[in-house]
Formats: sequence, C-alpha cells, structure tokens
Amino acid sequence: MSDSAEVLVIGGGSTGTGIARDLAMRGLDVTLVEKGNLTHGTTGRMHGLLHSGGRYAVSDQASATECIEENRVLRDIAAHCVEMTGGLFVQRPEDDDEYFQEKLEGCRECGIPAEVLSGEEAREMEPYLAKDVKRAIRVPDGAIDPFRLCVANAASAEEHGARIETHAEVIDVLVEDGEVVGLEVKHDSGPGKREHHTPGETEKLYADYVVNASGAWAGQIGDMAGVDVAVRPSKGVMTIMNTRQVDTVVNRCRPKGDADIIVPHETAAILGTTDEEVEDPDEYPEEQWEVDMMIDTLSELVPILQEARTIRSFWGVRPLYEPPGTGTTDPTDITRDFFLLDHEDRDDLPGMTSIVGGKFTTYRMMAEKISDHVCEKFGITAECRTADEPLPGSDDFSILRDYMDEFGLRSPIGRRSVQRLGSRADEVLKTGEPNPVICECEAVTRAEFADAVEGSGSDLNAARIRTRASMGNCQGGFCAHRMANELAPKYEAEVVRTALDELYQERWKGQRHALWGDQLSQAMLNYALHATTMNRDRDPARTGASVDFSAFDGGPTEPGEAGADASAAATDGGSLREDESRQEGR
Amino acid sequence: MPIREDVLVVGGGIAGAASAISAARTGASVRLVTHKKSTLRHASGLIDVLGFLPGSDDPIVYPYSALSDLPDEHPYSVVGENAVREGLDLFDDIAGDAYRGGHTGKNALVATHGGTVKPTARYPKGAAEGLASTNRDTLLVGFRSLPDFDASVACEHLAAAGAPFAVDGVQVDFPGDFRADAKVTRYAKALDRNETVSAFGKERPAREALAEAVRPHLDGAERVGFPALLGDAHADEVRSDLSSELGAAVYEIPMGPPSLPGLRLEDLLFDALDEAGVRISSGNPVVDYTPVEGEHRVKSVTVDRNNQRVPLHADEFVLATGGLVGKGITSDRESVSEPVFDLYVPHPEDRYDWWDQQAFGDHAFAAFGVVPDEELRPTDADGEVEFDNLRAAGGVVGGADFAAEKSGSGVSLATGYLAGRTAGEAI
Repeated sequence: MSDSAEVLVIGGGSTGTGIARDLAMRGLDVTLVEKGNLTHGTTGRMHGLLHSGGRYAVSDQASATECIEENRVLRDIAAHCVEMTGGLFVQRPEDDDEYFQEKLEGCRECGIPAEVLSGEEAREMEPYLAKDVKRAIRVPDGAIDPFRLCVANAASAEEHGARIETHAEVIDVLVEDGEVVGLEVKHDSGPGKREHHTPGETEKLYADYVVNASGAWAGQIGDMAGVDVAVRPSKGVMTIMNTRQVDTVVNRCRPKGDADIIVPHETAAILGTTDEEVEDPDEYPEEQWEVDMMIDTLSELVPILQEARTIRSFWGVRPLYEPPGTGTTDPTDITRDFFLLDHEDRDDLPGMTSIVGGKFTTYRMMAEKISDHVCEKFGITAECRTADEPLPGSDDFSILRDYMDEFGLRSPIGRRSVQRLGSRADEVLKTGEPNPVICECEAVTRAEFADAVEGSGSDLNAARIRTRASMGNCQGGFCAHRMANELAPKYEAEVVRTALDELYQERWKGQRHALWGDQLSQAMLNYALHATTMNRDRDPARTGASVDFSAFDGGPTEPGEAGADASAAATDGGSLREDESRQEGR
Repeated sequence: MPIREDVLVVGGGIAGAASAISAARTGASVRLVTHKKSTLRHASGLIDVLGFLPGSDDPIVYPYSALSDLPDEHPYSVVGENAVREGLDLFDDIAGDAYRGGHTGKNALVATHGGTVKPTARYPKGAAEGLASTNRDTLLVGFRSLPDFDASVACEHLAAAGAPFAVDGVQVDFPGDFRADAKVTRYAKALDRNETVSAFGKERPAREALAEAVRPHLDGAERVGFPALLGDAHADEVRSDLSSELGAAVYEIPMGPPSLPGLRLEDLLFDALDEAGVRISSGNPVVDYTPVEGEHRVKSVTVDRNNQRVPLHADEFVLATGGLVGKGITSDRESVSEPVFDLYVPHPEDRYDWWDQQAFGDHAFAAFGVVPDEELRPTDADGEVEFDNLRAAGGVVGGADFAAEKSGSGVSLATGYLAGRTAGEAI
C-alpha cells in the first residue's frame, strides 16, 4: 500500500502535532506518524508546567521572553487545557539574596509580571510552605495538560484534512537519488485506529517533504537517512503526589539544581525533576535515589511532602541539542533553545528538516517557525493562524459553567468532565443514554470515555490520556476492568482482555516507584481484587491451562435444588463428610 | 475499673472472628476490638482455601492434599493440616445454611465477574447455582448502569477459559428510574423491599420488572447469573422469586467493592460473635501496648479513643489486624513494620526488591507479615518468641501470597481457629 502526502511529520508530541496543525491550516496535505500514542515520547512525560518565563529570566532571557509571550497565547487558544495557578519563586534562608534580586529584575526585563511577597504573605497563599521561607516572587506560571493539548492539536489538524497515524513506527527513511522522498512505517495494527489483534503491516509513505520532529529520537531518524543529528537525551524524574499540597506552582529560587519545582495538576501535584544525560532515550535506569531525592529536597520547601502519599513516578527524556563544537559537559547548561536543521543546507540531503531542542511552552512558536520554513520550500505564502484560532474544546470556553447541571451529573463529576472537555462538553455528554461513572477518582463518565475510545481504538492507554481515567489514587485498581468493558461490544473479548492487560501493566510500571505506605497498601488491594476476586493472574484463558471442569465440586445437590431444604442435610455431614473428603484428598 | 478479659482479639475480619469464637468455645471470656469496617467489603465473599500452588497455573481440585507441597514458612505448614480442617469446620458451623461446599473436600470452580473461573472451597448459597463446574446452559445478565460487569465480555471470556457449557450474555437496563451512578447497594435495596418501579410503561414490583427485562433473552437457559446485587437482608427471597418468574435457576456472580456477599459474610460473622458471647468494642484503633515488667508478656493494649488512651487488659492476646490492606502491616520508604507491637517483619532491605516488574509477578510484598512459631506466637529476627501470650492470625501473618494462591480466607480461618483455641486453653 502506498499513499502520498505533501508533508510527512514524524512525531506525535506537542511539536509534531503543532506542526501538523499549522501546516494543515495553511492548506497543505499533511500526514503525521507517531510510533506510540500521541504524547508517547517527551510530551507525555513532563510536569505540565506552563512557563511564565521566570525560570529562564536570569540564564536565558530570549527564552524567557518567548515563554511569557506563548504563555499568553496558550491561555487564549487552549483555555480548556490550562489552569492558571500562578507561580512562586521561593527563597529559603540559605538561598542567595543576590540571585533573588537578579531573578526579580530579569523577570521585569523580559516583561514577566513579577511581585515580591514576604514569607508571611507567601505562606498565606500556600499554607504548607516551610515556616522559614524568607520571601518569594510571584509570577504567572500555570499548569497545562499536555495530553489534552496534543489531542486537541491533532484533532484540529484532522479537521483541516491531515491524516494522523499513531502506533506507526518509522522503520526507514526513503532516499532516492540523494533526496528524501518518504518514509516506511510499520503499523502496530491497521493502518487507522489501533485495534489489538489486527495484524499490522508496513506501508511506504511518499511525500514532497519530511519534517523530523521526533525529539529525543531525532538522532535515530537521522541515522536512517544517513545524517548525523546529535541530540543529547537527558532524563528527568517526576514524582506524583495524590493530592495538591500546593495550589500554586512552587519553584526554588536558586540558580539551578535538581528537585526544585512542584506543579499542582488537576487532583495531584507533580514534583520535579533531575537532569542527567543518557545514552538511549528508550533504555535508561529508573532509580530509587531519584525518587527519594525529589521528596527529600522538595520537603525543604513544603515539609509535609515527607509524609505525603506518592502514587507513581515517571521519567522523561529531554531532546537537548547543541550545535557541534560547543562542548558543554553539564546537561543543565545546554540551551533550551530549539534548532532547525535543514539537511539540504547542512548535509546536502534535500527533502528533510529536523527540529531539535526546544521547550514545551513554546511548542506553537516552534511549529510556526518550522511551518514557515516548509512553506517557503513550497512557495506558499499563507499566514500562520495558530496563535489566533482556538483549539477544539476551547472555542467558547466562557459558556461552559452553565453546563454544570445539564448532564444529570453531580458535582464534582459534572464540573470536572466539563472542564476537561471544554466547549466539546455538549456534544460528548448529551448522549441520552445512562451515563455511569467509570473512574471515580478522576470523575470520568461513560459518555466521556466512549468519546475517547472513538478517537483511540482499542488502546486503553490512549483513552486514558484523553480522559485521565485510572490516573488517580487507585491507579486503575477499581476502574481498569470497567474501562476495558467499555470497549464491548465494539471489540471482542480477546481484544478487551489484551487491552486490559496492557493498561494494567502500564499503570503498574509507574506505581512501582511509589510502593510504601498508603500506596503499597493500595497496590496490595489492587492485587487482591484483580488476582483473587477476578483471578486475572491465573486465568486459564491467558495461561492456556487446560481445566478439567468436571473434576471439581458440582454442588451439594442436584442442579436446580440448591437453596431447597434438602440441601441443609448435605452441609451437616458430620464425620461421614470428613472421611469422604479425606478419601477424595488421596 | 479497667476493662479486663481472658482473651482479647484485635481485628474484626475473618481471622479476628474465628479467633474470638474459637477462644470463646474454650470457655474463656473474650473481647474483640475492631477499628474501621473490615476489609470484607472489598472481598468477594468466597472462602478460598488453596486454589493454586506457588508458581503453578493448574487449579487445585483437592486443596487439603496439596498442603504438603507448600513451603515450610507458609502459615498452613506452620499450623498443619488438622488446623486447616478445623478452621473450615468452624466456618461451616458459623455459616450454617448460608454457604455451600462443606459436603466435599474438593474445590468448586466459580465464574468471576471478570469472566474467568477460579477454584474456591466454600461459596455463598446465592452463588451455588452458578458453579462453572456444573454443566448447564447459562445466561449472564449485566446492567448497563453497572460498568463493573459486562455480560457479553464475561460470556466470551468464559468460553475462552474452556467452560463446558453454552453461555450467552445480555446487557439490560435495571428497571426503574435510578440515578446513572447508583451504587449496587441501592439496587439491592430496591429488590429487598420489592419497591414499585416504573418500567415498560407500567408500575410493578421490582423483582417482577427485572424478570420481565430478562425473560426475552432466556432462550432456554437453565440458569441465569446476575452481578451480586440481588437483595441484602432478603437475598434468598429475591433469588427465589426471580427464579420462579424466569423458570430457571438464578444465582449471583461475586463482585468487587462494595461487595454485598462480603458484607453479608461480615454480618454472619458478627451474629456468630454475638451468639458466642464475645464482647465487641468497635470504632477505635489499638495503637500501643504495655508489657508485663520483667516478663515476655503483654499486659494490656492501648486503644486511642478520640486522643484519649485507654488500656484494655487480658491474659492472652490475639493480633488479627490484617496485612497491608487492613494496615496490620505498614511501611515507609525505609522499612516494613507491624505498628502495634513493633513485631519483626522480614523484608528485603532495598524497597526496589519488594516488588516484581510484572503486575502479576512474584511480589515479595504480597507475603509481608510476622513470623509465627507453631503456636502462632510472633518471633523476632532470631526466631525467639516475642511475647508468650500474644498470637497472630490472618493477614498479619506472613509467608503466603494469598492473592496468587487464592488462600486468604483459609489462612485466616486456620490461623484464627488455632490462635483462638490455644489462647483460650492457656487461661
């Protein structure tokens, strides 16, 4: 099978989906390929901070200025993905006064609204801040849901005619006569929406131009094309707390360091992070000390973290890049700026550009610049409209509050669904069918979940990131099987079973780093529910064990008589029963 | 005057109840102290004794004869086969007509709400018609408003597990005007009271309306399985009415939390405690203890009653506070512990060795618990008995992965029976 597009975009993260949307809006024929789910790479593995720019106000003012600009744009076009929590740069007694002053001035120089709070004022805002916190700078940081944002970008791209292929891994870059002409991809199942147990196939996709937006994996794509893209993947750990210990983004006000930020996110708070270069973006150690350091170090700012419940940890890899010859040794010193590598100019290989480096907050601006570059190749002069046109779900966010009572859903379920869905709430929730809650922790109902399945096939992890179902305290223990049941009757039981196993294992993966205290207790309960009550661990349908059903107890009475009085005698067998059962035992 | 008993049992689950009743039967005066609701609301209500041996995928037909294949540190190996049998006898006596399975030493196979089958030793009467080890054509009924159980998924799954009977599944609306996210207990209540509901254009009693919703799908099925919400206090009557209306046997499929069969089992245990004359103090946690000076004995345990610390005295104590789920075993980032007596709980030093990479792998945490001697007295790291008058029963005892083995209730009954009896006899 072959298909041709004008532009092929590799990578379903914020940058890739942002580029696909931008190009599609400018009228180009776009296909995006992603080897996993949308956000599978770096975008789905970050703390979801919408930078005010404050973080870079001393070290990199150009980035800081871009951040505050894009911060304002995203509040507008992605309202249903953003929570404007505000942020604090907090100074402890041992932190440098001079740096505090530099940070404050830096913010002002970059146009970032910044206000100094006394320690007391800061604690009034955030009561759990350490008693000895000296003072803080208040900035417009926020929290943003990267999943929702990417899905909305992809949906918008599709609305403008783009084809989005997830679970489609690039296995080759097609080069003919010294020019990139397309890609060969391997579909996990399909093409189209993922469906477990549907055989995949390989497909050659031809295009006039290829954009490599695969982030930390850009080097691997470069290798397939025979060009050197020296990304330096750097890992960082994020630890998720089960409640919001803070309602404001809390940053440590000191030059640089690990474990210096807490981002409140929906029902949780995310602690981050570390910065450590790794060899391979897919295989790197996830270690206990990293998790411990998050808790121990950030407890200096918010002491109750020491005792709080952690529900999981995850690691992400940054696609850091620096031009050859810079020779920076410490990954924290590598610029967060992005680079556009036109392989025609750089490597004499026309037809492909790689984009590397960059920050999540400025993804749209990066996409705009790349799209300008691509359009220039095609001689297209259409203007970029992504800063002005709201994403699907954020069209008219102001009317949403009125939907609260409309769907027969109690608060907070109604409120949370509507917040997640934004302006799509009406079309998604008004099904006219019973709409029970599937995930209680995150208040996800059947209608919202069904809408997600519509967009993600039998892939429950893809439906999860669209809805947050199974991302709360129980980590799927109480709801993973319900989520799987929602795939029926569209998908047959074998698909349901496989999808459930995959989701359950994915939920387990992150939880392993949080197994002490309440979360270990929860893990044991989950294990008991799924292994004992459901016998999912030794299910003959999975293990292939052949069971002689007739060898087991068939009940005390003839079929149809259990419950009748006659059976009472059978349960009171006295010594005869004892002998019988001993005999059976031999 | 301080509260004083011969035997004091801490914990209100199966192990605590079995200990208290078995101690009371020796003639001792017994008090049972329980904090929160027991974990039975999470449990299926089935009484598993031994369904699988560690590392094996083959379901066990004869649990008693498999006991000898268990490792030495397993609670069953510690208490011996007789205690397991006596524990089950105690259960049969407590449960009376409410449970089945006591007529044989074999396991039954019960269909789970996930659609697979599992071996169990005792099952509620309400589940008896549904045994997968009997060969009758079956209709499974799910409710659209109850996302925990999907009848079509379950019936295809049962077929994949090799069930030797024809099974069909149908999803229906529970008749009447219930909230979309009504709890199972709400449906059970409607059936219990046989409330008048409006369905198919007219008003009628809930049981009749439910039968009518199911009848068109029967197609000759000999038995009909519903998720376990068929009444609570009047469950037998609800089942019997539905059975007459449908002309087929009716049974319940055990479910996850909140589990009605689990809650009914809890009621059964508490009735039996009352009957045995056990005093019950509930609602406050036991947080500490006082030793007898100069001896390896417990003098009293301390209950936290709204921040007031009240001692409860006894001659003999049984600790049946549960495992990780019941918080009889607790942990922090550094270590695992038993919170009341600070008993020795062996565990790998590095918490990254507490678990397996696979969700259903071989988890060290699943077997966390205290190490008992043959009289179930917890021992220290050197194998020495910690207190001469303290015994442990149920989930707080380590050495078994009950979830993988399907042995939770059996371990609770066997250890509870033995701990209670030996405590009572020591008076």
